[in-house]
Amino acid sequence: MIRTRALVAAALAAMLSGTAALAEDHGALPPREKWTFSGLFGTFDQAQLQRGYQVYREVCSNCHSMNYVRFRNLAEEGGPDFSESQVKALAAEYKVKDGPNDAGDMFERPGRAADKLPAPFPNDQAAAAANGGKAPPDLSLMAKARTFARGGLWFLIDWLPFIGYTEQGPDYIHALLNGYEENPPKDVTVPEGGHYNAYYPGHIIAMPKPLSDGQVTYPKAADGNPVVPETLDQYSRDITAFLMWTAEPHLLARKQLGLRAILFLLALAGLLYYVKKKVWSDVGGETHGLQPELHKTG
Amino acid sequence: MSAHATTYVPKSRLAKWFESRLPIVGLVHSSFIAFPVPRNLNYFWTFGAILVAMLASQIVTGVWLAMHYQPSGTEAFNSVEHIMRDVNYGWLLRYMHANGASMFFIAVYAHMFRNLYYGSYKAPREVLYILGVIIYLLMMATAFLGYTLPWGQMSFWGATVITNILAAIPIVGDTIQSLLWGGYSVGNPTINRFFSLHYLLPFMIAGVVVLHVWALHVTGQNNPTGIPIKSGKDAVPFTPYATIKDVFATVVFFAFFAYWIFLQPNYLGHADNYIPANPGVTPAHIVPEWYFLPFYAILRAVPDKLGGVILMFGAVIILALAPWLDTSRVRSANYRPIYRQFFWVFIFCCFLLGWLGSKPPEGGYVLAARIATFYYFAHFLIVMPLVGLFETPKPLPGSILESVTGPGKQVGSSGMPAGAAAAPPTKG
Repeated sequence: MIRTRALVAAALAAMLSGTAALAEDHGALPPREKWTFSGLFGTFDQAQLQRGYQVYREVCSNCHSMNYVRFRNLAEEGGPDFSESQVKALAAEYKVKDGPNDAGDMFERPGRAADKLPAPFPNDQAAAAANGGKAPPDLSLMAKARTFARGGLWFLIDWLPFIGYTEQGPDYIHALLNGYEENPPKDVTVPEGGHYNAYYPGHIIAMPKPLSDGQVTYPKAADGNPVVPETLDQYSRDITAFLMWTAEPHLLARKQLGLRAILFLLALAGLLYYVKKKVWSDVGGETHGLQPELHKTG
Repeated sequence: MSAHATTYVPKSRLAKWFESRLPIVGLVHSSFIAFPVPRNLNYFWTFGAILVAMLASQIVTGVWLAMHYQPSGTEAFNSVEHIMRDVNYGWLLRYMHANGASMFFIAVYAHMFRNLYYGSYKAPREVLYILGVIIYLLMMATAFLGYTLPWGQMSFWGATVITNILAAIPIVGDTIQSLLWGGYSVGNPTINRFFSLHYLLPFMIAGVVVLHVWALHVTGQNNPTGIPIKSGKDAVPFTPYATIKDVFATVVFFAFFAYWIFLQPNYLGHADNYIPANPGVTPAHIVPEWYFLPFYAILRAVPDKLGGVILMFGAVIILALAPWLDTSRVRSANYRPIYRQFFWVFIFCCFLLGWLGSKPPEGGYVLAARIATFYYFAHFLIVMPLVGLFETPKPLPGSILESVTGPGKQVGSSGMPAGAAAAPPTKG
């Protein structure tokens, strides 16, 4: 018992020291946030996703594309849950280039639910040219395409239910949006076109601080009061949740089906266990009658 | 084919007619119904059945994914996202397939560790065992090819690193490399031929699995005592005993599998693979999937490129030599007090190599990887031959039955009806 305890203590120490070493090497570790979509029963908050979409539309979409998301997705179950008429109206706000028509000409028409969310630039080169030489990345998969290493031996338990931790991607995005510092540490020189961010690997990020307090006006409640604070922290949570949904649009269906599948398999395993026990219960001290020529073993 | 002499007796006229023309029902009967199974097998012996289930799962989900996937440098990534978003239950198919690869390797490693611990590789099972090593090699090739197909950053750079190390092979290396690339770098022709090979290899695995099962049913199964079946009392018929145990274990394993599919589908992958392949940007750390990490650590432990490649492949090839490197006449490590200790050091060493493979190749990690690599090979080349010569094994039980009931203990009549093992069981 004492030995086990000592081993556990040593393992914990190794984990923690690993984390500390990492923090020194690669910049601050993003703080751990609470998300509605984490855990076995995680789900999206529709109102939050709608606010997140608003932040994307008013701020992010000026530079970042969202190529894998279509307007119709915004009405799908488990997502922001806009009504179909709302989605049609949202799509129709945009002009989409279509064609060629029968005369061979390209033409513009109002957006439809089946269209992709319009990209801010016609191609990567145009995006790069307008943004200091590097195209802003597509945001559709961002919440799954970014992560950070916790270091140490956390990977041994991070996949477990309840005590695990797998929201590194969203935590990183949230931390990054809050991690801009106007006065960088004295030993850091920020080059032209760069910005200091505490959480970006290497700290110098090309993207200027995209969000600040009061920048986006959310719809008010019936009594005229804001539903949520219009602050950088709130915006960054909303956009992060929205990006998690765009990266994993079937998250809700996946978790719901998964819990049922696991419960079914465990129940089936329980029944099979007793069948197995019953079958083997008649294997007493002796068994009879195997054909001798069937077991010529060495 | 005398090994398949069977107790199957066709009853209907149609069955008799068919059996006299193609005795396949009798073959199945002797392999999966009347086949004598040592009565003392533990749950490590269920991984064979679990592996068959995993192979079937991978082939079925893979065939379905291939109906929606496009092997092209420009469309591969998009088509995977199309599967994830727009194909009905496409996310389920893809997560099953991606996590299925990991589950396949978890099961195969359990199967291999069981083999090494209980000395299943020793005579007369050498051919059975080498067929297993071939299956493992084919699995590794299939998994590597499959991981390149989503054409994310880690797909692309993993393919680049692995095809580059093949170029280190003398004389033919460059030719192999350009054959795999289909050009002068990893690109559109590469993904086309990788997709083709990824679809081909699983069926080759299935073919070798048939040989593996055939060889198994010639020699019979090993068991925790390592001593052979001596009489009918040592064994139970495969059906229902092994069948129900295998089905139970497979369902438990699939519950574990389901947890990964539905609740941690991306934990075993890399975030970088959700960034489309970009030949102009190298990821900060290029690491293979977890199941290749020990070999990756061995590759990077050697300062010389060719030497690293030789040791990496040697680490798998040396497995095939185990039947001749191990000099002990006792199979099971349960009766080998000294070898057993070395065995657990070896297992620790494998895990350590895996962890080191995920770390950057610098400083203390490299030194540790070199020591662990040395020990990995020493286990086969020094420990296996020498311990077998000098070790005094513990006394073996007289029979499998005795190992279950205790020596000399008179046992009462079994609950099993006489003749139940010979005839196809008539009850449940």
